[in-house]
Amino acid sequence: MAGLTNNGGSKASSNIFGGIRYWLLAPSWVVIGVFLVMPVGIMLVYSFLTKEFRGGVIWEFSIAAYDQFIFDRGLFGDEEPAIEWTYIVIFARSIWQAAIATVLCLLIGFPTAYFIATRPPSSRSAWLFLITVPYWVNLLIRTVSMKFLIRDSGPLNQWLRNLGVIDSPIHLINTDIAVQLGLFYSYLPFMVLPIYASVERYNFTLSEAAWDLYASRWTTLREVLLPAVKPGIIAGCILVFVPSLGAFLAPDLLGGAKNFMIGSLIEEQFKGNAGNWPFGAAASMILLTMVLIVLMFYSRQQSRSEVEGH
Amino acid sequence: MAAGKQTDVRRYPGFFPITILCLVMLYAPLIIVMVYSFNDSVSIINWGGVSLRWYDDVFNGIESAKFKEAAWNSLTIAVMAAIASTMIATAAAVGMIRGGSFRGKSLCFGLISLPLMVPEIVTAVATLIFFSAIGFTRGYTSILVAHIVFCIPFAYLPIAARLQGIESVYEQAALDLYATRAQAFWQVLMPLMLPGIISGFLLAFIISLDDFIITNFVKGAGIETLPTAIFGSVKQGIKPNIMALSTLMLLVSIVFVTVSYFVGKSGTKSSR
Repeated sequence: MAGLTNNGGSKASSNIFGGIRYWLLAPSWVVIGVFLVMPVGIMLVYSFLTKEFRGGVIWEFSIAAYDQFIFDRGLFGDEEPAIEWTYIVIFARSIWQAAIATVLCLLIGFPTAYFIATRPPSSRSAWLFLITVPYWVNLLIRTVSMKFLIRDSGPLNQWLRNLGVIDSPIHLINTDIAVQLGLFYSYLPFMVLPIYASVERYNFTLSEAAWDLYASRWTTLREVLLPAVKPGIIAGCILVFVPSLGAFLAPDLLGGAKNFMIGSLIEEQFKGNAGNWPFGAAASMILLTMVLIVLMFYSRQQSRSEVEGH
Repeated sequence: MAAGKQTDVRRYPGFFPITILCLVMLYAPLIIVMVYSFNDSVSIINWGGVSLRWYDDVFNGIESAKFKEAAWNSLTIAVMAAIASTMIATAAAVGMIRGGSFRGKSLCFGLISLPLMVPEIVTAVATLIFFSAIGFTRGYTSILVAHIVFCIPFAYLPIAARLQGIESVYEQAALDLYATRAQAFWQVLMPLMLPGIISGFLLAFIISLDDFIITNFVKGAGIETLPTAIFGSVKQGIKPNIMALSTLMLLVSIVFVTVSYFVGKSGTKSSR
């Protein structure tokens, strides 16, 4: 805060803090630069080092971590390289699970966001508040709650059985569906908020015009409303997809060992038994690169839709 | 534009039930855990009547010492991380929004929001490697530092949003009346920004209190926060005392978010 009390001689202009702006911004640069940007740089370096057994690295250049991703060279590394599918499958599964979770969020989130945006202005913020409160509850607790609810002897199965809907419990825990459900539950508010913001700005006279031109309600939705609120939908999809891709808790607690995702793979290199730091660093770099590609696609989309004037 | 017809075009049948379904899905797991935390039964399967025994167990049971220490760590880290990140974010917000236009402004915004864009697990790995590379023993301090970093954008967003809504005529008037820049900040801008700052502080506090993934990586051996302690317990199965503890944490989060919401709301009203 030292910068704020510095009232040195810079002239008052319309932006009176312009003269000390660098002092004001410096703390955030230093903290994020030193403790996030630099660590990611060091992580990149580590991904090209040689592993030390049981954690840590040996300072010797190696591309073994990336090589291990794609090729299997046998236990001693001297066999003819064959394509190693294990890690590719884990990455593909992560993308698939994140995509399913995104679609689920969109299917539930879009109608919800639309419904809230068409409420009277006075009640909208209360509805939004209801949607966002669960997000601020600890993710671990939410995931554990979900596990408690859907486990074989859990309340969901008990009720369904008492109601006579099912005879034997639906087995959800440790399946793909449980992970998708967990991811959906974790990030649903991220879908609702940006779509809500788009629909709120939408000019409903467009819908009325379509209606007057004998378009049905669903044609209006498809041809008029959806294209107009597309930026919000894309933003929501990215906000759900990106954290789902690297999620750890939902796959770990709800998916079990068979439903390994990138997050668990990385965790195992540092906290678990695998203890291969360069490999964990390489997997993190690949995940980060994937996320950056998605975000770049998004920012291009955004600037394009700004040009189009949406 | 007849009102009846307008609502007709806007309304889609089925959207209201889906909204209700959405809320049920968001709240059902939490409510069920709350209800079962009052279950007077050792098993988590059967219902044995209402009791507070598991709350008693959280505070006085076998694991209570562990939980108390973890709670203390969580709270002190959250308070310090929230204070530090709110100070950094406030300064950054003033620099960004009242600092005029300058080269690299969007890059600067990118840097501030970077902790939101990098996946949590990647931040966790990078921070772990960083502390290991510089030979820093992981523990309380490393957790605190990591928390300050990822709390910055959460504190920044409400503060910046608030500052954007305040016209600069107020500081300008103060300067015209011979206030120094520091006086203009502390006596004019600061009180106007306060709701945003409080909101930012509370959100940063909750985000720090809730974090599991990054803490789990940078904590080192022998120190636990509440989420890591709960995770350790849950790995051996969900026990009723965990549900009681979860209910308590859940209520703390909800209270804080509610307060943050109403502070932000009251702020916008009074400034208009």
